[in-house]
Amino acid sequence: MSGAYTADEMMTVAAARQLRDGAACFVGIGLPSTAANLARATHAPNLVLVYESGCLGAKPDRLPLSIGDGILADTADAVVSVPEVFNYWLQPGRIDVGFLGAAQLDRYGNINTTVIGGEYDDPTVRLPGAGGAPEIAASCGEVVVIVRQNLRTFTERVDFVTSVGYGSGPGDRQRLGLRGGGPRMVITDLGVLEPAPDTCELTLTRLHPGVTVAQARAATGWALAVADQLVTNEPPTADELAVLRALEATKGTR
Amino acid sequence: MAKLVSLAEGVADLVRDGDVVALEGFTHLIPFAAGHEIIRQGRRDLTLVRMTPDVIYDQLIGAGCARRLVFSWGGNPGVGSLHRFRDAVQNAWPGPLELEEHSHAGMANRYVAGASGLPFAVLRGYTGTDLPRHTANIRTITCPFTGEELTAVPALRPDVTVVHAQRADRAGNVQMWGITGVQKEAVLAARRSLVTVEEVVDELSPVPGQVVLPGWAVTAVAEAPGGAHPSYAQGYSVRDNDFYVGWDAISRDRDRFLDWVRQQVLKAEAMA
Repeated sequence: MSGAYTADEMMTVAAARQLRDGAACFVGIGLPSTAANLARATHAPNLVLVYESGCLGAKPDRLPLSIGDGILADTADAVVSVPEVFNYWLQPGRIDVGFLGAAQLDRYGNINTTVIGGEYDDPTVRLPGAGGAPEIAASCGEVVVIVRQNLRTFTERVDFVTSVGYGSGPGDRQRLGLRGGGPRMVITDLGVLEPAPDTCELTLTRLHPGVTVAQARAATGWALAVADQLVTNEPPTADELAVLRALEATKGTR
Repeated sequence: MAKLVSLAEGVADLVRDGDVVALEGFTHLIPFAAGHEIIRQGRRDLTLVRMTPDVIYDQLIGAGCARRLVFSWGGNPGVGSLHRFRDAVQNAWPGPLELEEHSHAGMANRYVAGASGLPFAVLRGYTGTDLPRHTANIRTITCPFTGEELTAVPALRPDVTVVHAQRADRAGNVQMWGITGVQKEAVLAARRSLVTVEEVVDELSPVPGQVVLPGWAVTAVAEAPGGAHPSYAQGYSVRDNDFYVGWDAISRDRDRFLDWVRQQVLKAEAMA
Protein backbone atom coordinates (compact mmCIF):
# COMPACT_ATOMS: atom_id res chain seq x y z
CA MET A 1 0.00 0.00 0.00
CA SER A 2 1.23 3.40 -0.98
CA GLY A 3 -0.39 6.00 1.19
CA ALA A 4 -3.79 7.54 0.73
CA TYR A 5 -6.10 6.94 -2.19
CA THR A 6 -9.68 7.99 -2.83
CA ALA A 7 -12.77 5.80 -3.07
CA ASP A 8 -13.03 6.71 -6.75
CA GLU A 9 -9.45 5.59 -7.34
CA MET A 10 -10.15 2.28 -5.60
CA MET A 11 -13.25 1.84 -7.76
CA THR A 12 -11.40 2.57 -10.99
CA VAL A 13 -8.53 0.25 -10.07
CA ALA A 14 -10.94 -2.56 -9.11
CA ALA A 15 -12.74 -2.13 -12.43
CA ALA A 16 -9.53 -2.12 -14.43
CA ARG A 17 -8.43 -5.38 -12.78
CA GLN A 18 -11.57 -7.07 -14.15
CA LEU A 19 -10.52 -6.58 -17.75
CA ARG A 20 -8.66 -9.55 -19.14
CA ASP A 21 -5.72 -8.99 -21.47
CA GLY A 22 -6.69 -9.52 -25.10
CA ALA A 23 -10.41 -9.00 -24.62
CA ALA A 24 -12.33 -6.68 -26.93
CA CYS A 25 -14.03 -4.07 -24.79
CA PHE A 26 -16.75 -1.61 -25.85
CA VAL A 27 -15.94 1.46 -23.78
CA GLY A 28 -18.31 4.17 -22.63
CA ILE A 29 -16.93 7.60 -21.81
CA GLY A 30 -16.15 8.70 -18.25
CA LEU A 31 -15.31 6.13 -15.58
CA PRO A 32 -15.38 3.14 -17.99
CA SER A 33 -12.91 4.83 -20.33
CA THR A 34 -10.60 5.72 -17.44
CA ALA A 35 -10.65 2.17 -16.08
CA ALA A 36 -10.17 0.56 -19.50
CA ASN A 37 -7.21 2.80 -20.25
CA LEU A 38 -5.73 2.03 -16.82
CA ALA A 39 -6.05 -1.70 -17.56
CA ARG A 40 -4.33 -1.27 -20.92
CA ALA A 41 -1.52 0.71 -19.28
CA THR A 42 -1.00 -1.91 -16.55
CA HIS A 43 -1.86 -5.63 -16.73
CA ALA A 44 -3.73 -5.77 -20.06
CA PRO A 45 -1.55 -4.21 -22.78
CA ASN A 46 -3.45 -6.11 -25.48
CA LEU A 47 -6.90 -4.99 -24.38
CA VAL A 48 -8.81 -3.96 -27.51
CA LEU A 49 -10.62 -0.68 -26.87
CA VAL A 50 -13.66 -0.15 -29.06
CA TYR A 51 -15.32 3.28 -29.02
CA GLU A 52 -18.74 3.91 -30.52
CA SER A 53 -17.28 6.66 -32.71
CA GLY A 54 -15.95 3.79 -34.84
CA CYS A 55 -12.42 3.56 -33.40
CA LEU A 56 -11.47 -0.13 -33.13
CA GLY A 57 -8.36 -0.94 -31.13
CA ALA A 58 -7.64 2.61 -29.99
CA LYS A 59 -4.38 3.00 -28.06
CA PRO A 60 -4.46 6.50 -26.58
CA ASP A 61 -1.50 7.53 -24.42
CA ARG A 62 -3.71 10.10 -22.69
CA LEU A 63 -7.32 10.02 -21.53
CA PRO A 64 -9.80 11.27 -24.11
CA LEU A 65 -12.53 13.66 -22.90
CA SER A 66 -15.03 12.36 -25.46
CA ILE A 67 -15.52 9.10 -27.34
CA GLY A 68 -14.32 10.87 -30.47
CA ASP A 69 -11.15 12.73 -29.50
CA GLY A 70 -8.58 12.73 -32.30
CA ILE A 71 -6.15 10.61 -30.28
CA LEU A 72 -8.56 7.66 -30.59
CA ALA A 73 -8.71 7.79 -34.37
CA ASP A 74 -4.97 8.47 -34.66
CA THR A 75 -4.07 5.34 -32.67
CA ALA A 76 -6.81 2.92 -33.78
CA ASP A 77 -6.25 -0.28 -35.76
CA ALA A 78 -9.23 0.75 -37.87
CA VAL A 79 -11.67 3.64 -37.96
CA VAL A 80 -15.06 2.54 -39.26
CA SER A 81 -18.39 4.32 -39.71
CA VAL A 82 -20.94 4.46 -36.91
CA PRO A 83 -23.41 2.14 -38.70
CA GLU A 84 -20.54 -0.32 -39.14
CA VAL A 85 -19.42 -0.29 -35.50
CA PHE A 86 -22.94 -1.12 -34.36
CA ASN A 87 -23.99 -3.47 -37.18
CA TYR A 88 -20.83 -5.42 -38.00
CA TRP A 89 -18.95 -5.33 -34.71
CA LEU A 90 -21.38 -5.03 -31.79
CA GLN A 91 -24.58 -6.67 -33.08
CA PRO A 92 -23.12 -10.09 -34.06
CA GLY A 93 -21.47 -10.52 -30.66
CA ARG A 94 -17.86 -9.81 -31.61
CA ILE A 95 -17.24 -7.70 -28.48
CA ASP A 96 -16.35 -9.57 -25.29
CA VAL A 97 -17.06 -6.92 -22.66
CA GLY A 98 -19.39 -3.94 -22.60
CA PHE A 99 -18.24 -1.42 -20.04
CA LEU A 100 -21.02 0.92 -18.90
CA GLY A 101 -21.90 3.56 -16.34
CA ALA A 102 -25.37 4.23 -14.90
CA ALA A 103 -27.46 7.00 -13.38
CA GLN A 104 -29.77 4.44 -11.74
CA LEU A 105 -29.34 0.71 -11.31
CA ASP A 106 -31.66 -1.90 -9.81
CA ARG A 107 -31.15 -5.29 -8.14
CA TYR A 108 -31.23 -7.05 -11.52
CA GLY A 109 -28.66 -4.76 -13.05
CA ASN A 110 -31.09 -2.87 -15.25
CA ILE A 111 -29.73 0.59 -16.05
CA ASN A 112 -31.40 3.97 -16.41
CA THR A 113 -29.69 6.86 -18.18
CA THR A 114 -32.84 8.50 -19.56
CA VAL A 115 -35.13 10.25 -17.04
CA ILE A 116 -35.48 10.41 -13.26
CA GLY A 117 -38.68 11.28 -11.44
CA GLY A 118 -42.00 12.53 -12.77
CA GLU A 119 -43.31 11.25 -16.08
CA TYR A 120 -41.26 10.51 -19.18
CA ASP A 121 -42.79 13.58 -20.85
CA ASP A 122 -42.33 15.75 -17.78
CA PRO A 123 -39.38 14.38 -15.84
CA THR A 124 -37.75 15.80 -12.74
CA VAL A 125 -34.35 15.25 -14.30
CA ARG A 126 -33.72 14.74 -18.00
CA LEU A 127 -30.54 12.68 -18.50
CA PRO A 128 -28.63 12.27 -21.80
CA GLY A 129 -30.45 9.10 -22.85
CA ALA A 130 -29.48 5.79 -24.38
CA GLY A 131 -26.59 6.36 -26.75
CA GLY A 132 -25.05 3.00 -27.54
CA ALA A 133 -25.92 1.42 -24.20
CA PRO A 134 -29.09 -0.63 -24.95
CA GLU A 135 -27.37 -2.64 -27.67
CA ILE A 136 -24.06 -2.82 -25.77
CA ALA A 137 -25.96 -4.29 -22.81
CA ALA A 138 -27.82 -6.68 -25.12
CA SER A 139 -25.05 -7.95 -27.37
CA CYS A 140 -21.65 -7.96 -25.62
CA GLY A 141 -20.44 -11.27 -24.20
CA GLU A 142 -20.74 -9.75 -20.76
CA VAL A 143 -21.27 -6.35 -19.17
CA VAL A 144 -19.24 -4.67 -16.45
CA VAL A 145 -20.84 -1.66 -14.77
CA ILE A 146 -18.88 0.98 -12.91
CA VAL A 147 -20.97 3.33 -10.79
CA ARG A 148 -20.85 5.11 -7.43
CA GLN A 149 -23.05 3.42 -4.84
CA ASN A 150 -25.68 5.56 -3.08
CA LEU A 151 -29.42 5.57 -2.46
CA ARG A 152 -30.12 7.88 -5.39
CA THR A 153 -28.46 5.48 -7.83
CA PHE A 154 -29.10 2.03 -6.34
CA THR A 155 -32.90 1.87 -6.47
CA GLU A 156 -35.45 -0.89 -6.01
CA ARG A 157 -36.79 -0.12 -9.49
CA VAL A 158 -35.20 2.09 -12.11
CA ASP A 159 -37.49 4.89 -13.28
CA PHE A 160 -36.79 3.95 -16.90
CA VAL A 161 -35.15 0.85 -18.36
CA THR A 162 -32.60 2.23 -20.81
CA SER A 163 -30.46 -0.91 -20.89
CA VAL A 164 -31.53 -4.37 -19.79
CA GLY A 165 -29.60 -6.31 -17.18
CA TYR A 166 -31.51 -9.39 -16.06
CA GLY A 167 -34.96 -7.79 -16.54
CA SER A 168 -37.13 -9.04 -13.69
CA GLY A 169 -35.08 -12.13 -12.97
CA PRO A 170 -33.89 -15.50 -14.26
CA GLY A 171 -34.83 -16.39 -17.83
CA ASP A 172 -35.74 -12.87 -18.88
CA ARG A 173 -32.72 -12.32 -21.12
CA GLN A 174 -33.40 -15.57 -22.97
CA ARG A 175 -37.10 -14.75 -23.25
CA LEU A 176 -36.26 -11.35 -24.74
CA GLY A 177 -33.79 -12.91 -27.17
CA LEU A 178 -30.81 -10.97 -25.82
CA ARG A 179 -27.73 -12.83 -26.98
CA GLY A 180 -25.08 -11.41 -24.67
CA GLY A 181 -24.55 -12.69 -21.15
CA GLY A 182 -25.63 -9.59 -19.22
CA PRO A 183 -23.99 -7.90 -16.22
CA ARG A 184 -21.21 -9.99 -14.73
CA MET A 185 -20.06 -7.45 -12.21
CA VAL A 186 -20.98 -4.05 -10.80
CA ILE A 187 -18.02 -2.19 -9.37
CA THR A 188 -18.68 0.70 -7.02
CA ASP A 189 -16.80 3.01 -4.69
CA LEU A 190 -17.70 0.64 -1.82
CA GLY A 191 -17.16 -2.79 -3.31
CA VAL A 192 -18.29 -5.26 -5.96
CA LEU A 193 -21.68 -6.79 -6.67
CA GLU A 194 -22.22 -9.90 -8.77
CA PRO A 195 -25.41 -11.63 -9.85
CA ALA A 196 -26.33 -14.70 -7.80
CA PRO A 197 -26.32 -17.70 -10.17
CA ASP A 198 -29.82 -18.85 -9.21
CA THR A 199 -31.69 -15.55 -8.77
CA CYS A 200 -29.65 -13.12 -10.95
CA GLU A 201 -29.94 -10.70 -8.03
CA LEU A 202 -26.94 -8.44 -7.53
CA THR A 203 -25.16 -9.63 -4.41
CA LEU A 204 -22.34 -7.96 -2.52
CA THR A 205 -19.31 -10.20 -3.03
CA ARG A 206 -16.40 -7.87 -2.29
CA LEU A 207 -15.72 -4.82 -0.19
CA HIS A 208 -12.96 -2.30 -0.66
CA PRO A 209 -10.58 -2.02 2.32
CA GLY A 210 -12.13 -0.21 5.28
CA VAL A 211 -15.71 -0.39 3.98
CA THR A 212 -18.33 -2.25 6.04
CA VAL A 213 -21.36 -4.29 5.00
CA ALA A 214 -23.51 -1.79 6.90
CA GLN A 215 -22.19 1.03 4.73
CA ALA A 216 -22.95 -0.91 1.56
CA ARG A 217 -26.45 -1.74 2.80
CA ALA A 218 -27.08 1.90 3.74
CA ALA A 219 -26.14 2.94 0.20
CA THR A 220 -28.47 0.44 -1.48
CA GLY A 221 -32.18 1.03 -2.06
CA TRP A 222 -33.12 -2.62 -1.77
CA ALA A 223 -32.43 -5.33 0.82
CA LEU A 224 -28.89 -6.05 -0.32
CA ALA A 225 -27.90 -9.71 -0.33
CA VAL A 226 -24.39 -10.41 0.92
CA ALA A 227 -22.26 -13.36 -0.14
CA ASP A 228 -21.24 -15.90 2.51
CA GLN A 229 -17.63 -15.63 1.47
CA LEU A 230 -17.16 -11.87 1.43
CA VAL A 231 -13.77 -10.89 0.04
CA THR A 232 -11.84 -7.72 0.77
CA ASN A 233 -10.24 -6.19 -2.34
CA GLU A 234 -6.53 -5.52 -2.39
CA PRO A 235 -5.88 -1.80 -2.15
CA PRO A 236 -4.42 -0.10 -5.22
CA THR A 237 -0.73 -0.83 -5.70
CA ALA A 238 1.73 2.01 -5.95
CA ASP A 239 2.05 1.28 -9.65
CA GLU A 240 -1.71 1.28 -10.28
CA LEU A 241 -2.10 4.59 -8.46
CA ALA A 242 0.83 6.20 -10.24
CA VAL A 243 -0.43 5.15 -13.67
CA LEU A 244 -4.01 6.18 -12.88
CA ARG A 245 -2.96 9.61 -11.63
CA ALA A 246 -0.71 10.16 -14.61
CA LEU A 247 -3.60 9.25 -16.91
CA GLU A 248 -6.05 11.53 -15.10
CA ALA A 249 -3.60 14.39 -15.46
CA THR A 250 -3.73 13.99 -19.25
CA LYS A 251 -7.52 13.92 -19.56
CA GLY A 252 -8.68 15.84 -22.60
CA THR A 253 -5.26 17.31 -23.30
CA ARG A 254 -3.93 17.49 -26.83
CA MET B 1 -22.58 18.98 -59.56
CA ALA B 2 -22.66 20.69 -56.19
CA LYS B 3 -22.88 24.46 -56.26
CA LEU B 4 -20.13 26.39 -54.49
CA VAL B 5 -21.84 28.97 -52.29
CA SER B 6 -21.16 31.16 -49.29
CA LEU B 7 -22.30 29.76 -45.96
CA ALA B 8 -24.99 32.45 -45.68
CA GLU B 9 -26.29 31.66 -49.18
CA GLY B 10 -26.21 27.93 -48.51
CA VAL B 11 -28.26 28.19 -45.34
CA ALA B 12 -30.64 30.73 -46.88
CA ASP B 13 -31.27 28.49 -49.90
CA LEU B 14 -31.38 25.07 -48.26
CA VAL B 15 -32.60 25.37 -44.65
CA ARG B 16 -36.20 26.53 -44.31
CA ASP B 17 -38.54 27.17 -41.38
CA GLY B 18 -40.28 23.96 -40.35
CA ASP B 19 -37.72 21.70 -42.05
CA VAL B 20 -36.46 18.38 -40.77
CA VAL B 21 -32.75 19.20 -40.46
CA ALA B 22 -29.89 16.85 -39.65
CA LEU B 23 -26.56 18.38 -38.65
CA GLU B 24 -24.31 15.34 -38.30
CA GLY B 25 -20.71 14.73 -37.27
CA PHE B 26 -19.92 12.23 -34.51
CA THR B 27 -17.81 14.30 -32.09
CA HIS B 28 -15.50 15.06 -35.03
CA LEU B 29 -16.44 17.40 -37.93
CA ILE B 30 -19.53 18.90 -36.27
CA PRO B 31 -20.83 21.73 -38.47
CA PHE B 32 -20.89 24.48 -35.82
CA ALA B 33 -20.45 27.40 -38.25
CA ALA B 34 -23.52 26.26 -40.16
CA GLY B 35 -25.45 25.89 -36.90
CA HIS B 36 -24.55 29.45 -35.97
CA GLU B 37 -25.65 30.68 -39.39
CA ILE B 38 -29.02 28.95 -38.86
CA ILE B 39 -29.34 30.85 -35.56
CA ARG B 40 -28.35 34.15 -37.24
CA GLN B 41 -30.91 33.65 -39.98
CA GLY B 42 -33.58 33.07 -37.32
CA ARG B 43 -34.88 29.70 -38.50
CA ARG B 44 -37.87 28.48 -36.49
CA ASP B 45 -39.92 25.31 -35.89
CA LEU B 46 -37.15 23.01 -37.03
CA THR B 47 -37.20 19.30 -36.35
CA LEU B 48 -33.57 18.76 -35.40
CA VAL B 49 -32.22 15.27 -36.08
CA ARG B 50 -28.88 14.15 -34.76
CA MET B 51 -27.48 11.10 -32.96
CA THR B 52 -25.63 13.17 -30.36
CA PRO B 53 -27.21 16.63 -30.02
CA ASP B 54 -23.97 17.86 -28.41
CA VAL B 55 -23.29 21.53 -27.76
CA ILE B 56 -24.42 22.47 -31.28
CA TYR B 57 -28.07 21.54 -30.68
CA ASP B 58 -27.89 22.94 -27.15
CA GLN B 59 -27.20 26.26 -28.89
CA LEU B 60 -29.95 25.87 -31.52
CA ILE B 61 -32.49 24.74 -28.90
CA GLY B 62 -31.61 27.61 -26.53
CA ALA B 63 -31.79 30.08 -29.42
CA GLY B 64 -35.37 29.00 -30.12
CA CYS B 65 -34.83 27.33 -33.52
CA ALA B 66 -36.23 23.92 -32.61
CA ARG B 67 -39.71 22.51 -32.16
CA ARG B 68 -38.77 18.85 -32.09
CA LEU B 69 -35.65 16.78 -31.47
CA VAL B 70 -34.94 13.31 -32.85
CA PHE B 71 -31.86 11.92 -31.12
CA SER B 72 -30.15 9.13 -29.24
CA TRP B 73 -27.77 10.78 -26.74
CA GLY B 74 -28.18 14.34 -25.49
CA GLY B 75 -25.17 15.10 -23.34
CA ASN B 76 -22.00 17.17 -23.35
CA PRO B 77 -19.47 14.36 -24.00
CA GLY B 78 -17.18 13.81 -21.03
CA VAL B 79 -18.59 16.87 -19.23
CA GLY B 80 -22.20 16.21 -18.28
CA SER B 81 -25.61 17.51 -19.20
CA LEU B 82 -26.75 19.81 -21.96
CA HIS B 83 -28.43 22.51 -19.88
CA ARG B 84 -30.37 24.23 -22.69
CA PHE B 85 -31.74 20.83 -23.77
CA ARG B 86 -32.65 20.02 -20.17
CA ASP B 87 -34.26 23.42 -19.62
CA ALA B 88 -36.36 22.95 -22.76
CA VAL B 89 -37.52 19.47 -21.70
CA GLN B 90 -38.02 20.20 -17.98
CA ASN B 91 -39.27 23.82 -18.19
CA ALA B 92 -40.27 24.40 -21.85
CA TRP B 93 -37.74 27.23 -22.16
CA PRO B 94 -37.55 29.03 -24.56
CA GLY B 95 -40.43 26.87 -25.80
CA PRO B 96 -41.64 23.30 -25.58
CA LEU B 97 -39.47 20.68 -27.23
CA GLU B 98 -41.00 17.44 -28.47
CA LEU B 99 -38.68 14.44 -28.26
CA GLU B 100 -38.34 11.35 -30.40
CA GLU B 101 -35.79 9.22 -28.65
CA HIS B 102 -33.76 6.30 -29.98
CA SER B 103 -30.55 4.38 -29.39
CA HIS B 104 -27.40 5.00 -31.45
CA ALA B 105 -27.83 1.69 -33.26
CA GLY B 106 -31.41 2.62 -34.15
CA MET B 107 -30.52 6.10 -35.40
CA ALA B 108 -27.56 4.84 -37.44
CA ASN B 109 -29.76 2.23 -39.09
CA ARG B 110 -32.49 4.79 -39.78
CA TYR B 111 -29.98 6.82 -41.78
CA VAL B 112 -28.79 3.68 -43.58
CA ALA B 113 -32.38 2.91 -44.61
CA GLY B 114 -32.85 6.51 -45.79
CA ALA B 115 -29.65 6.40 -47.83
CA SER B 116 -30.65 3.01 -49.25
CA GLY B 117 -34.08 4.12 -50.41
CA LEU B 118 -35.76 1.66 -48.07
CA PRO B 119 -38.79 2.46 -45.89
CA PHE B 120 -37.31 0.97 -42.73
CA ALA B 121 -34.31 -0.72 -41.17
CA VAL B 122 -34.05 -3.98 -39.22
CA LEU B 123 -31.81 -4.51 -36.22
CA ARG B 124 -31.42 -6.36 -32.95
CA GLY B 125 -32.09 -3.47 -30.64
CA TYR B 126 -34.22 -1.79 -27.97
CA THR B 127 -35.61 -5.16 -26.81
CA GLY B 128 -36.71 -5.13 -23.18
CA THR B 129 -36.08 -1.40 -22.74
CA ASP B 130 -38.73 1.24 -22.06
CA LEU B 131 -37.89 3.13 -25.26
CA PRO B 132 -40.54 1.42 -27.46
CA ARG B 133 -43.25 2.44 -24.95
CA HIS B 134 -42.47 6.11 -25.57
CA THR B 135 -41.21 6.16 -29.14
CA ALA B 136 -43.95 5.05 -31.54
CA ASN B 137 -41.35 4.66 -34.29
CA ILE B 138 -39.87 1.55 -32.71
CA ARG B 139 -41.77 -1.56 -33.81
CA THR B 140 -41.15 -5.26 -34.21
CA ILE B 141 -41.05 -7.34 -37.38
CA THR B 142 -40.94 -11.08 -37.91
CA CYS B 143 -38.14 -12.40 -40.10
CA PRO B 144 -39.81 -14.16 -43.08
CA PHE B 145 -37.00 -16.72 -43.21
CA THR B 146 -36.40 -17.68 -39.58
CA GLY B 147 -39.53 -16.47 -37.79
CA GLU B 148 -37.36 -14.51 -35.38
CA GLU B 149 -38.80 -11.29 -33.99
CA LEU B 150 -36.56 -8.29 -34.73
CA THR B 151 -36.82 -4.53 -34.31
CA ALA B 152 -37.84 -2.20 -37.12
CA VAL B 153 -37.30 1.56 -37.25
CA PRO B 154 -38.41 3.85 -40.10
CA ALA B 155 -35.97 5.44 -42.54
CA LEU B 156 -34.81 8.97 -41.78
CA ARG B 157 -35.31 11.31 -44.73
CA PRO B 158 -34.24 14.80 -43.62
CA ASP B 159 -35.30 17.74 -45.77
CA VAL B 160 -31.71 18.87 -45.48
CA THR B 161 -28.53 17.40 -44.01
CA VAL B 162 -25.61 19.64 -43.11
CA VAL B 163 -22.13 18.21 -42.49
CA HIS B 164 -18.59 19.57 -42.26
CA ALA B 165 -15.64 18.00 -44.12
CA GLN B 166 -11.98 18.70 -44.57
CA ARG B 167 -11.92 19.50 -48.28
CA ALA B 168 -13.84 19.85 -51.52
CA ASP B 169 -12.70 20.50 -55.05
CA ARG B 170 -14.24 23.08 -57.37
CA ALA B 171 -16.67 20.50 -58.77
CA GLY B 172 -18.02 20.04 -55.26
CA ASN B 173 -16.56 16.58 -54.67
CA VAL B 174 -16.21 16.31 -50.88
CA GLN B 175 -13.43 14.51 -49.02
CA MET B 176 -13.43 13.70 -45.30
CA TRP B 177 -11.36 11.42 -43.10
CA GLY B 178 -10.77 10.45 -39.48
CA ILE B 179 -13.97 9.64 -37.58
CA THR B 180 -16.56 9.95 -40.33
CA GLY B 181 -19.52 8.82 -38.21
CA VAL B 182 -22.80 8.66 -40.06
CA GLN B 183 -22.28 11.64 -42.36
CA LYS B 184 -22.26 9.75 -45.66
CA GLU B 185 -25.55 8.05 -44.80
CA ALA B 186 -27.07 11.30 -43.49
CA VAL B 187 -26.19 13.17 -46.70
CA LEU B 188 -27.47 10.40 -48.97
CA ALA B 189 -30.67 10.06 -46.93
CA ALA B 190 -31.54 13.76 -47.30
CA ARG B 191 -33.47 15.56 -50.01
CA ARG B 192 -30.95 18.43 -49.98
CA SER B 193 -27.46 18.69 -48.53
CA LEU B 194 -25.03 21.42 -47.55
CA VAL B 195 -21.40 20.57 -46.85
CA THR B 196 -19.11 23.12 -45.22
CA VAL B 197 -15.40 22.49 -45.71
CA GLU B 198 -12.12 23.67 -44.25
CA GLU B 199 -10.91 24.54 -47.74
CA VAL B 200 -11.78 24.31 -51.41
CA VAL B 201 -8.83 22.99 -53.39
CA ASP B 202 -8.00 22.43 -57.06
CA GLU B 203 -7.39 18.74 -56.63
CA LEU B 204 -8.26 16.23 -53.89
CA SER B 205 -5.18 14.19 -53.05
CA PRO B 206 -6.02 10.77 -51.57
CA VAL B 207 -5.89 10.30 -47.79
CA PRO B 208 -6.00 6.91 -45.98
CA GLY B 209 -9.44 6.10 -44.65
CA GLN B 210 -11.13 8.84 -46.67
CA VAL B 211 -14.81 9.04 -47.48
CA VAL B 212 -15.58 10.82 -50.75
CA LEU B 213 -19.01 12.21 -51.52
CA PRO B 214 -19.23 12.80 -55.27
CA GLY B 215 -20.25 16.35 -56.19
CA TRP B 216 -23.34 15.10 -58.00
CA ALA B 217 -24.66 13.66 -54.72
CA VAL B 218 -24.29 16.96 -52.83
CA THR B 219 -26.46 20.06 -53.28
CA ALA B 220 -24.08 22.79 -52.17
CA VAL B 221 -20.60 23.26 -50.71
CA ALA B 222 -19.53 26.28 -48.67
CA GLU B 223 -16.02 27.08 -47.52
CA ALA B 224 -15.99 27.61 -43.75
CA PRO B 225 -12.46 27.35 -42.34
CA GLY B 226 -12.58 26.40 -38.68
CA GLY B 227 -16.27 25.69 -39.15
CA ALA B 228 -16.20 22.68 -36.84
CA HIS B 229 -14.93 24.56 -33.78
CA PRO B 230 -15.13 23.61 -30.85
CA SER B 231 -15.34 20.18 -32.50
CA TYR B 232 -12.42 19.56 -34.83
CA ALA B 233 -11.30 18.63 -38.32
CA GLN B 234 -8.59 15.97 -38.30
CA GLY B 235 -5.52 17.31 -40.07
CA TYR B 236 -6.65 20.93 -39.53
CA SER B 237 -7.53 21.37 -35.87
CA VAL B 238 -7.89 19.57 -32.54
CA ARG B 239 -10.99 19.29 -30.37
CA ASP B 240 -11.27 22.33 -28.11
CA ASN B 241 -11.99 20.35 -24.96
CA ASP B 242 -11.67 23.50 -22.84
CA PHE B 243 -14.62 24.99 -24.72
CA TYR B 244 -16.75 21.91 -24.02
CA VAL B 245 -15.83 22.07 -20.33
CA GLY B 246 -16.49 25.84 -20.25
CA TRP B 247 -19.86 25.42 -22.00
CA ASP B 248 -21.25 23.84 -18.83
CA ALA B 249 -21.18 27.17 -16.97
CA ILE B 250 -22.22 29.29 -19.97
CA SER B 251 -25.24 27.11 -20.71
CA ARG B 252 -26.41 26.64 -17.12
CA ASP B 253 -27.77 30.16 -16.89
CA ARG B 254 -30.35 31.52 -19.36
CA ASP B 255 -29.05 35.10 -19.33
CA ARG B 256 -25.45 34.06 -19.63
CA PHE B 257 -26.37 31.81 -22.54
CA LEU B 258 -28.33 34.56 -24.30
CA ASP B 259 -25.43 36.94 -23.82
CA TRP B 260 -23.08 34.34 -25.29
CA VAL B 261 -25.34 33.96 -28.35
CA ARG B 262 -25.45 37.75 -28.81
CA GLN B 263 -21.69 38.15 -28.52
CA GLN B 264 -20.44 35.01 -30.23
CA VAL B 265 -23.10 34.22 -32.82
CA LEU B 266 -25.34 37.16 -33.67
CA LYS B 267 -22.58 39.77 -33.81
CA ALA B 268 -20.26 37.54 -35.81
CA GLU B 269 -20.42 37.92 -39.56
CA ALA B 270 -21.11 34.85 -41.61
CA MET B 271 -17.86 33.48 -42.95
CA ALA B 272 -16.92 33.71 -46.62
